[in-house]
Amino acid sequence: MALRTIGSRRDTLKAGAIGAVALALAPRLAHADAAAVEAEIKKLYGDKKGAEGKVKLDVPQIAENGLVVPINIEIESPMTDKDFVKSVHVWADGNPSPGVLSYTFTPEAGKASASARMRLATTQNIICIAEMSDGKLFTAKSQVKVTIGGCGG
Amino acid sequence: MSTKPTPRVRVPANAKKDEIIEIKTLISHEMESGQRKGGDGKVIPRKIIHTFTAAFNGKMFFEAKWAPAISANPYQSFFFKASQSGEFAFTWKDDDGSTYEHKAKLTVA
Repeated sequence: MALRTIGSRRDTLKAGAIGAVALALAPRLAHADAAAVEAEIKKLYGDKKGAEGKVKLDVPQIAENGLVVPINIEIESPMTDKDFVKSVHVWADGNPSPGVLSYTFTPEAGKASASARMRLATTQNIICIAEMSDGKLFTAKSQVKVTIGGCGG
Repeated sequence: MSTKPTPRVRVPANAKKDEIIEIKTLISHEMESGQRKGGDGKVIPRKIIHTFTAAFNGKMFFEAKWAPAISANPYQSFFFKASQSGEFAFTWKDDDGSTYEHKAKLTVA
């Protein structure tokens, strides 16, 4: 009888341990934060800092449905062979992972502008960095208030 | 949603030379983020379209890389400067290795 009790306690402990490992293996469930976005930017551009301006980041101030949040980016540029926008990266600092999207532009596009729709788990900041053909960086940031989250809950 | 993703593209068939035209694309796809849990408590594996490219006469002019934060049935709009007549090729690349393609002709007057 006594042995049995020990056995079942062991099982409980074992189950608990497995549970803890499972939790540790699910870092995706943790949320990104401003530091995670900073780290991503650093990985791409090192210590280079972006200036404000040129980038028009158009997101709603309040999104009723976090599952479908429109995002429009427009960057001022003549889009000629010598002076064009090379790329744009967008991050969100309150989603399970910070990445949202990246665009590669070419002079053939004629205009550095694009629209998409994203999921936002909660109220958070959208951070956008554009890299010009001469290597200069321009940033824009905007907060979106989310009423209903877009990550399954 | 297990049906084959169907691309839908809105692109003008005709344009004036050097006119900047807007292209709108949409593809039906669940964009499973890999963060949701199913009824059995297990995480549903990630399956998204991670790359979209737009090419004209074989030359890529716009590319989008998508993260799981992109909504289901991803919409993408962008621009193209009509320089000559030719053919667009739009490609979506899925996590499972499949690609979906759509082609459209453009006549420049």
